[in-house]
Amino acid sequence: MTEHDVLFVAEHRHGDLRDVSYEGITAGRRLADALGGDLHVAVVSGPVDRFAESLNTPEVDAIHTVDAGEEFDHDTYAAATGALHADLDPAALVFPNSVNGLDYAPAVADELGLPYATDAVGLAYDDGLTVTREMYGSKVETTVDVAADQFVVSIRGGEWAAASGAGDAEVSAFEFDEASVDDGSRVKGFEEVGGGDVDIGEAEFLVSIGRGIEEEENLDLIRELCEATGATLSSSRPIVDSGWLPKNRQVGQSGKQVTPKVYLAIGISGAVQHVAGMKGAETIIAVNTDPNAPIFDIADYGIVGDLFDVVPALIEEFN
Amino acid sequence: MAMKILVTVKEVAAVEDDFEIDGLAIDERYLEYDLNEWDDYAVESAVQIAEAADEDVEVVAATIGPERSEETIRMALAKGADRAVRVWDDAIADQQLLDVNAKVSVFEQVVAEEEPDLVLTGVQAADDSFGATGVALANRVDYQWAAVVNDLDYAAGDERATVRRELEGGVEEITEVDLPAVLSIQTGINEPRYASLRGIRQAQQKEITPFDLADLGLDAESVDGALELTAMYEPESESDATIFEGDAEETAAELAGVLRDKGVVGE
Ligand SMILES: Cc1cc2nc3c(=O)[nH]c(=O)nc-3n(C[C@H](O)[C@H](O)[C@H](O)COP(=O)(O)OP(=O)(O)OC[C@H]3O[C@@H](n4cnc5c(N)ncnc54)[C@H](O)[C@@H]3O)c2cc1C
Ligand SMILES: Nc1ncnc2c1ncn2[C@@H]1O[C@H](COP(=O)(O)O)[C@@H](O)[C@H]1O
Repeated sequence: MTEHDVLFVAEHRHGDLRDVSYEGITAGRRLADALGGDLHVAVVSGPVDRFAESLNTPEVDAIHTVDAGEEFDHDTYAAATGALHADLDPAALVFPNSVNGLDYAPAVADELGLPYATDAVGLAYDDGLTVTREMYGSKVETTVDVAADQFVVSIRGGEWAAASGAGDAEVSAFEFDEASVDDGSRVKGFEEVGGGDVDIGEAEFLVSIGRGIEEEENLDLIRELCEATGATLSSSRPIVDSGWLPKNRQVGQSGKQVTPKVYLAIGISGAVQHVAGMKGAETIIAVNTDPNAPIFDIADYGIVGDLFDVVPALIEEFN
Repeated sequence: MAMKILVTVKEVAAVEDDFEIDGLAIDERYLEYDLNEWDDYAVESAVQIAEAADEDVEVVAATIGPERSEETIRMALAKGADRAVRVWDDAIADQQLLDVNAKVSVFEQVVAEEEPDLVLTGVQAADDSFGATGVALANRVDYQWAAVVNDLDYAAGDERATVRRELEGGVEEITEVDLPAVLSIQTGINEPRYASLRGIRQAQQKEITPFDLADLGLDAESVDGALELTAMYEPESESDATIFEGDAEETAAELAGVLRDKGVVGE
């Protein structure tokens, strides 16, 4: 019987499995238990035997390795996971909602003709799948029922605990027709960006500014605060997108991960991609006009107020 | 033959600080509508390709949205798109949640109609954030694709584009994509222009062609997705933050105290 099974596809880059691979095992195991089936984990490309060993935790029932190329290539991933799905015929196909997940999971779901619920923060199965998702930048949560026996979901990183420990899942090499892989797009290389004069990852005290600052000129106010307190200036993405600060100041999923002693977030809503970069800070303080801003969920201290009132008063405190 | 770029643009709602949920939606009174941030960047990318070209490049904006959204779609026209198509239907209005499948079935027909060389979408819609429409569409219409593109090197007439895909942790992947292709555009790829007064005036003359499902050879079933929205609620606050009360001076003084306690600022 395979119609109760779950297939989760792991993710890696430059020879390392990414955290979401272990989180997906936890999410997949719970879903498989609710469905009454097995958890299969697939790992595509790279040193697959070494990866299979790491992924072989007690939660996993079977591991499928696809030895094809080194790094992520969406055509290879789409073809391999599609072929594996046809072979295993699982109820659930689970992907990480990562940047690479965004680059092939929708194509696989469409090719299989299956419904696709993305960016799940919760999964429940009781006669049918219910997915918990957020909307409007985490301001509301929703539940979505999926009326189908077979479905595809992607899971948000950091929402499930990482699986660990050694298991005894059977590892098998999955062969598929590599000649069938499209080559209409080709990965040429990688580049690290965001280097430069400051490393916000080293700072002990970060004052981080977001879209609440409204205008580039207003950044002077925040610079003044940094001067008065000796803090290092960082920001959310829109500030960098607008060209007001260089890329090396951006905190978040596509910027830097920081773990300062104190992170003071001013006019930042706390979007998941931002939080991914700063939730490891020892103390988080938020200043925001919106009492419902998600940043308050992870803050230790907060001021619900206008930064244009609070920041001058704070500068005053240190001058 | 002249080149054509299709840009999908969505009118999205942002929620005010204080709001109420009415059933499965946020009460209209607390919503503010605007062009999806990611699509603004996609429009700019398309218009820049058109402006840099010697040949004729037509930029067509496509949306699935009610009549109200025309105001927002006109912003794309004011910024340089040549014309727009807007798809709407009672059967679409009936869907609480238009899932990826449903949207792709609609855009598949728009692509069949327009036969664009390049399709630009946003990475995600800021409201329901599926982050899936562009890549699913590419698969459906058999185009090449790249998701989360934050740099695009392409000149009209080229047979391929060189893009950068923005991965996690400050790593970018450099990828070559053959046309026809769908690219999902990330914020920061360019500086979206403000619509000029002249652009806004010209946009009034540009055409927004309305289509219903029948016009596209579709029926109600083609937008009846398997996903059903069953609840919407404010997430239970996990916050155990200490919130400082008082005016700016009082709260700032408390905050300063915390900073001193933590030893990150001097006396
Ligand atoms: C693939 C991907 C990767 C991403 N990577 C990153 C990343 O690395 N880093 C990142 O930050 N984002 C990233 N994002 C973007 C992210 O989704 C959010 O759009 C972004 O973090 C929002 O930034 P913000 O909080 O500054 O702006 P907003 O969400 O607009 O929030 C502004 C906040 O300021 C408050 N405010 C307004 N006026 C005032 C005032 N006068 N005083 C006090 N508060 C005020 C508002 O209440 C609001 O909460 C990524 C998105 C995607 C799709
Ligand atoms: N209703 C819609 N009308 C027009 N474009 C849309 C619509 N829904 C999604 N899109 C496009 O698809 C992108 C990704 O959206 P999504 O997959 O819904 O997060 C958006 O940035 C838009 O370009």
